[in-house]
Formats: sequence, C-alpha cells, structure tokens
Amino acid sequence: MRIIETQKISEIVSRLCIEANCRLPKDVKTCIEQSRSSEKWPIACDTLDKIIENYKLADSDNMPICQDTGVACVFLEIGEDLHVKGNIAAAVDEGVRMGYQEAFLRKSVVKDPLFDRKNTRDNTPAMLYTEYIPGDKIIITVAPKGFGSENMSGIKMLRPSDGVDGVINFVLETVEAAGSNPCPPIVIGVGLGGTFDKAALLAKKALLRPIGQAHSDARYAALEYKLLEKVNDLGIGPQGFGGLTTALSVAIEHMPTHIAGLPCAVNINCHVARHITEVI
Amino acid sequence: MEHHIQLPLTREKTVKIKSGDTIYLTGVIYTARDAAHKRFIELIREGKKLPFPIEDAVIYYVGPTPAKPGQVIGSAGPTTSSRMDVYAPELLQLGLRGMIGKGKRSKEVVDAMKEAKAIYFAAIGGAGVLLANCIKTCEAIAFEDLGPEAVHKLTVEEFPVVAIIDTTGENLYEIGRKSYLENLESLCDQQHI
Repeated sequence: MRIIETQKISEIVSRLCIEANCRLPKDVKTCIEQSRSSEKWPIACDTLDKIIENYKLADSDNMPICQDTGVACVFLEIGEDLHVKGNIAAAVDEGVRMGYQEAFLRKSVVKDPLFDRKNTRDNTPAMLYTEYIPGDKIIITVAPKGFGSENMSGIKMLRPSDGVDGVINFVLETVEAAGSNPCPPIVIGVGLGGTFDKAALLAKKALLRPIGQAHSDARYAALEYKLLEKVNDLGIGPQGFGGLTTALSVAIEHMPTHIAGLPCAVNINCHVARHITEVI
Repeated sequence: MEHHIQLPLTREKTVKIKSGDTIYLTGVIYTARDAAHKRFIELIREGKKLPFPIEDAVIYYVGPTPAKPGQVIGSAGPTTSSRMDVYAPELLQLGLRGMIGKGKRSKEVVDAMKEAKAIYFAAIGGAGVLLANCIKTCEAIAFEDLGPEAVHKLTVEEFPVVAIIDTTGENLYEIGRKSYLENLESLCDQQHI
C-alpha cells in the first residue's frame, strides 16, 4: 500500500491556495475572452476589458485577482490503496493556514456564524469534502469561494411534477434576484436530486467542472445550453450594467433521489471562478 | 459621459453626474465596511466625532488583502453595498456625498441620496489589482482592531468607477439593462454585417 505523509498534503494545499487566488484558470480566461468578442454593448465591452486587464495584472504581479480570497473549499478524492499517515483534516487546515499567510491573502473566516463573529485570523477551517476512489492516487482540488456570489445562491425542494420547467424557472428566479450583487458575469452550478444537503454539494461540484465542457448526458448538456441562453437573455450584463454576458456557463450535476422529490440547488460563482486540481 | 473629478465631492459636482457616466476620481476617500459603519452610528449616538470629516466625503466599501512589504495596499475591489444599507441614510444626512461599492441599494438609501444630492458609484467587483494600482497612499485612521475592516484614508488617482444611482435617483441597474434590451435588435443587425 502506498503511504503518504500529511505534510505533503499541507504543502500542496498551501501552494494550490496561492495559485488559485492569483491565477485564473485557462478555461475561465478563454470563456471571458470569447464573451468579450461576442459582446456589442459599449459599457459591457469596457467592463469585460477591465476584468481581463485585472487578471492579467494579477498574474504578472503575483497578486490576488480579487480581495475576497474566499473560504477555502477543498475536495480530496483519496485512493482506496493509499494510506495517509496522520490527520487529513488537520493537514488541509495547515495548508490553508500556510498559503493564506505566505501570499498575503485575506483571512475572511469567523469562528462562529451567530454569536462570536471573531476572525480566526488564518482562514481556517477549510470547507473539506473527502471521498474514496479506486487506485493509490489522491486528487486534491482547491476552490476558494467568495461570498458576494455565495450569498446569492439558493435551494428549492421542487416537486417531481415541476420537471424541467421548474428547474429553469428556479435558476432564472435566483439569477434575477441576484442581479448585480454576485459580480456578473457569473458561473452557475446547479445540483439536482439527492437530498437537501446533497443537492447543495452537487451544485458546488458543478462549479468545479472546466468551463466549456458540457455534461456527458446529452439531455443535461442541452438543458445547460438552454439555461445559459435564457440567463443571457435577461440583459443583466457584466456587473449588472446591462449587456449580453450575464453568465459565462451553466453546469449541472445530478444524482438519484427520492420518489417524492426533486431537490434543486443553485450555487453562484463570480467571474473570478477559481479552481485548481493536482494529482499525487 | 466621462468625468475626471477632483475630490472632495461637493454638491456642485454631484448634480452634473448622470447614472451610467464613467468617472475617474482623484483625491481622498475613506474605507469602511459594515463593522466600521456600526461603530460610526454608535459614535453619532454618543455625540462623538466621526474619524474623518463626513461633509462631501466619499466612502469606499472595501476590505483589501494585506499589503505585501513595499506595497501601498493589497488587492482592493468593492464589497456588496447592501450590507451598509441600514447605516448609510444617517451618514448621508450628515453630508456623506458618495459611496463606492457594488450591487443594489435599498429604497431608504436612494431617498436619502436624493435629499443629500449624493452619488452611488460602482467599482468593478473582482478587479482588485486594477483598482489597487490607482491607490497611491493608505493610512489606517480608526478601528485597527477590525483588521481588514479598519477605516483607512486612501489617496486615489484616476480611480475608475461608474455612476449607478445619481442625485435624481436614476439607477443604471434598471435603465442600463432596459436600454440594452431595447437596443438588442439593432445590435444583432450590426453583428450580421
């Protein structure tokens, strides 16, 4: 059995936190640049130009693209034939602590959501999800998530009879209510099925899929395309100033659910759609 | 329309600004997020002085990343303004003339803005480096215990913002979208040429 030290995990998480916050993934850049070339509305063109200039500056100056360097969402897919020596969750938190400190990223986590909103000062704890996969590798994904967009997300327990139209309506309602708040152009993750909590996690996972990569099931791929068109027909535009580019992409993830339900979660991300993956 | 404005932001300047105008601000602005706003209101209640002169001032809703050694400030884009909506009307009554943030405002804020002849500007959310490059000096002046939420005095040069809500209450988030949708047909025609 392959053995891996937790220190290795900390080092990688630290590096991925820094990389994700300072360098926008290629898929996101490509999509923003394509959107810029199809945009005709002057203020929308100008806004997208500034967004592009900003991520280029962040890259060359090694600076965080956005000041909200987020909560660190960390996904570990651990090979069944791999043994991690030590406490994995503590190792991930140590990685977050090191990365946020080293790169002067903003620490944005408070200890208690209601009564003791005191900053933990090291951006821990990470929002950690682990699952097991075949093999002896470990896949680490870090996705720092800002709260301007997180706050605009929503979940609805649809009825099975609501069907495709119910899903479309809820996504459009959520985007409409969000308006200019989540820093459009946005990326929309939709989670369908499971339970209340699973739908939310699926929506978050949908945000990790490379932009431009459609769902492997043609029916869901068609729905993603339709949703993107409908969202971009709203006219909200970059930053809500008006224009074509309200969303860069819509991705759906789904799983089996109960005979009586159709959970539908919509997780919104901003144009600084950070995600980075490394396999060890 | 494009304006280059030297701060402070007097009423003579604000009344010339229209919703949708692109503005480049030069001069002094102050940072404050919700935690600092809460303390401003407490100071007012106690009859104490605010940490900066509020008359004709501009507040930037921002919590920057920490500055690296040798830097003036870290990445410094706007935060969501609606969290400040409960506090803003009282500051507008005291002479606050401009706010920079992103996202929607409440009716109470818009009403107080019309009264005060104030402007609500948006900076581009997520453009933290571009905006930080327009900040030339940064000095903490109050509530340093709040960390990234402390009040800072910033000197900015040609700081790019868009006027969202003007002194008449006209709102770009409404008219911008409407006007785009109304012009959609002619935009599509252009595309086919």
